[in-house]
Amino acid sequence: MYRLQSLAARSLIAGALDLCTPLTLTSLTGVRHKSQGPSVEKCGQMRFITAEAKASAGRLDGKMREKTLTMDTLNPQVKAVEYAVRGPIVLKAGEIERYLEEGGTKPFSEVIKANIGDAHAMGQQPITFLRQVVALCTFPELMDSPSFPEDAKWRARRILQGCGGHSLGSYSASPGVECIRKDIAAYIEQRDEGVPSDWENIYLTTGASDGIMTILRLLVSGKDSSRTGVMIPIPQYPLYSAAISEMDAVQVNYYLDEDNCWALDINELHRAYQAAKQHCQPRVICIINPGNPTGQVQSKKCIEEVLHFAYEENLFVMSDEVYQDNVYAPDCQFHSFKKVLYEMGPEYFSSVELVSFHSTSKGYTGECGFRGGYMEVINMDPEVKAQLVKLLSVRLCPPLAGQAAMDVIVNPPQPEEHTFKQFHQEKSSVLGALAEKAKLTEQILNSVPGIKCNPVQGSMYAFPRIFIPPKAVEEAKALGMQPDMLYCLRLLEETGICVVPGSGFGQKDRTYHFRMTILPSIEKLNVLLGKVRDFHISFLKEYSGLEWDEI
Amino acid sequence: MQTVKGIGVRASLVCCEAGAAGRGFRLVLKPSLSGIHGDTMTENGCEYRDRVLTMDTMNPNVKRVEYAVRGPIVQRAVQIERELKMGIKKPFTEVIKANIGDCHAMGQKPITFFRQVLALCSYPDLLEDSKFPEDAKSRARRILQACGGGSLGAYSTSQGIEMIRQDIARYIEQRDGGITCDPDNIYLSTGASDAIVTMLKLLVSGEGMSRTGVMISIPQYPLYSAALADLGAVQISYYLDEDNCWSLDISELRHALQEAKKHCSPRALCIINPGNPTGQVQSRQCIEDVIRFAAAEKLFLMADEVYQDNVYADGCKFHSFKKVLFEMGLEYSEKVELASFHSTSKCYMGECGFRGGYMEVVNLDPEVKVQLTKLVSVRLCPPVPGQALLDVVVNPPQPDEPSYDTFIKERTDTLATLAEKASMTQEILNQVPGIKCNPVQGAMYTFPRIHLPPKAILEAKEKGQVPDMFYCMKLLEETGICLVPGSGFGQRDGTYHFRMTILPPKEKLKIVLAKIKEFHQHFMEQYS
Repeated sequence: MYRLQSLAARSLIAGALDLCTPLTLTSLTGVRHKSQGPSVEKCGQMRFITAEAKASAGRLDGKMREKTLTMDTLNPQVKAVEYAVRGPIVLKAGEIERYLEEGGTKPFSEVIKANIGDAHAMGQQPITFLRQVVALCTFPELMDSPSFPEDAKWRARRILQGCGGHSLGSYSASPGVECIRKDIAAYIEQRDEGVPSDWENIYLTTGASDGIMTILRLLVSGKDSSRTGVMIPIPQYPLYSAAISEMDAVQVNYYLDEDNCWALDINELHRAYQAAKQHCQPRVICIINPGNPTGQVQSKKCIEEVLHFAYEENLFVMSDEVYQDNVYAPDCQFHSFKKVLYEMGPEYFSSVELVSFHSTSKGYTGECGFRGGYMEVINMDPEVKAQLVKLLSVRLCPPLAGQAAMDVIVNPPQPEEHTFKQFHQEKSSVLGALAEKAKLTEQILNSVPGIKCNPVQGSMYAFPRIFIPPKAVEEAKALGMQPDMLYCLRLLEETGICVVPGSGFGQKDRTYHFRMTILPSIEKLNVLLGKVRDFHISFLKEYSGLEWDEI
Repeated sequence: MQTVKGIGVRASLVCCEAGAAGRGFRLVLKPSLSGIHGDTMTENGCEYRDRVLTMDTMNPNVKRVEYAVRGPIVQRAVQIERELKMGIKKPFTEVIKANIGDCHAMGQKPITFFRQVLALCSYPDLLEDSKFPEDAKSRARRILQACGGGSLGAYSTSQGIEMIRQDIARYIEQRDGGITCDPDNIYLSTGASDAIVTMLKLLVSGEGMSRTGVMISIPQYPLYSAALADLGAVQISYYLDEDNCWSLDISELRHALQEAKKHCSPRALCIINPGNPTGQVQSRQCIEDVIRFAAAEKLFLMADEVYQDNVYADGCKFHSFKKVLFEMGLEYSEKVELASFHSTSKCYMGECGFRGGYMEVVNLDPEVKVQLTKLVSVRLCPPVPGQALLDVVVNPPQPDEPSYDTFIKERTDTLATLAEKASMTQEILNQVPGIKCNPVQGAMYTFPRIHLPPKAILEAKEKGQVPDMFYCMKLLEETGICLVPGSGFGQRDGTYHFRMTILPPKEKLKIVLAKIKEFHQHFMEQYS
């Protein structure tokens, strides 16, 4: 506490400290490395417990009254969960926004949230056709309206026929509306050039996150050295680490190769697997392709290697393919794990257990708020599948509006339909702008001394490496926070730009990064990148002093 | 396993697999994809290969989860529907699903105003359409202004859109006669189920004797037992008093708690009011007693109030736990930790598919609240259309607005029809010898007790079925009516029940009830 108080005096962090209650400080320690044993965890908790005792003593002013649910009695796995994408930095951004709204002054006039892949919030327009179908499903009286195209009405009617009482207000079957599952299977077959897809293997979900959590929940079992280990890339999307913490599984990190465009290195997989086998039972490998936060697009050869590895080591494969339509680099192409698995031959295709995930939130639609998504489950033990259905049924069903949105994505206007032209134009314009912004981001960031950014081949993020001078690292340590958290908090305070520190995604020791989305409009993105550049240079100057020439 | 030969025995393979528990391998059949016949096939046409995820290796807690409302009986109902479609003859022409509180599926019409607002939000071009009333447009504009980028397609904050939380807080204040409600205590959710599971997740901790115990009513809505199994918490059952209209008896609570203290650490008490599956409406006195009990025993209260608008019986009234708590004075209102739940799926809306819901937390430790916010942030946000819907539910047309009359008429009609069906169900069922049904004071279900002859119980046991499952399966096969056996909700040993919804349209409900009557009489004759 002493440290915190003394540092609070420093103007630069004075505001940032409001949110750094002892509790959130614990969560600033970044991705938890289970493989490092209990010490990390323990030290985090101890720090917190001391702080908590002080906090409650102050709060109650001596009049001690017990609550049933306190930090001491709270589910410890919940405590261990961390989710940086909406972590302290975002809370701080919200505070600043409110401050500005109330007339407060800052060196900037608005907060730009480049922390989350939320396309519509950044001004991307919805695809007209998708919204027409959803509106028709929501208020079927519109079927009589001449202002809606027949293609949209036809789809809406079909979806409603699949709904109980022809209403979006009824529950669907827990795996989703049957005709939508069939449309998804047909879409996958087409995408994968004829590789068969069985609609009964398709499960609609509440966003992809829900599907990922559900499958992980099935997989986690055992105690101590037989506890399920889950291999995840580092850097990763923190849903994975959060879910692993919540379920008390063992996180097994494999590091992506930053020097090689964040490619997955099969030797690193072997290393991580062998190391983890000493203390847990690695049973799952998670892949994010195209990568989040790293933006790489996996080559077909690399996917083959991963699948072969999974086959050899008997690992369950979870492939997060929510960015499958977001590929920008001309020499890159999206290959689905399912298709590659098929092409590897029946020995693989009939045995490797694979679940792949998709969502309405990304791609060219960016419909995050509808929480639509699906997963395709291959080679799952039939009895386990029955258990999966049972587990899904407890939550009744995914939101119907999201299911309807998903249906439009997999069954979009065809060339012979009237709406095709507009649909196609909207889709290409969104994807074209994203490709342009991907390039722009990479170029400008790489022009900044002390920032190095791999090409944004796909997805919606840049994850540049930033040089943080030793003096700044020390200062951060004194504050009990990760150096890149210090960097991002200062960036936010000084420029209003909200990005997420690399430590929230995991990174190699002593390397620092941040994740930013490429979603702001081109004009805004230009301004944003310019501000990042200016900030970075002045940050280096401030902390480097004489070392400046060496950068 | 060695005796298994050829492809034709697929069905029996499943049984073999179940029998092979503990061996860690599974028999895998080569799929007969044309052009794929590897050299690896064994002489039997199949080979052994380890599967990662099997019944032996999967999460044991998930295995323990049970959820009868969508259990085997519903799966059979779906199968029968398919058989009917294929033209297979049955003694009935359609399956009637009275197993789940799914109003729209049973023909209830959505409230026009709600859907207008949602359509406007989904496709804002309609704001120019003169066919939409101004009050719907103003609400849609307001909701969209609160969304990122003015779009339902943006994520909201994880706790839910702030403006909607404010509207909800105002609604609760009004409902509770002015007792204050802080928008910051409101969390929107993906249906009430999501919030209930989240709260339970926070509460579960400890090992052995110190493992969290959660008190739930028996009969209960099986979401509770399923969540407790999944979380590995200890279920503490307290029995509702069937002879006394399923009311809650404090001495039973006390008794259950004392027993439970011997082997776990009871920390939460769940109440469903109005009751599911039992349809009772709790008296104010009883709620006070429960609150006093929770305060004395330091139990976290979870009040599932999703049926708060569904009260039909004369003399019954819905009292929110929050209101009663605050009227009991500071001693309680500053002390008892309470989470109450609501949803768009029930009441007069019946909008299940939108998965809208919220919870209000009271007296939650501020640091725990931070943890709660963190936990919900991992799932990003509840579906925004569901949030928008909830906003109109708590902020419906006012007397001076153009949509008011239609709205009131639709709401009143829906609730009146439900009330009529509630009393009709009770009356007809009570005419059947061997069926005894408590009044359906509220909610959407009746949970009658059925007398099953010893011969039927014996036959069920021979089949390895719970007797009321046996009964409900037979009912389904012979009449096409899909109900849920009482055993899926829990009941006193040696008693049998089923849950049926009162949701089918009146004419259809009459037929359903007549068929049940006939079936039951025939069943009794057959087994006596």
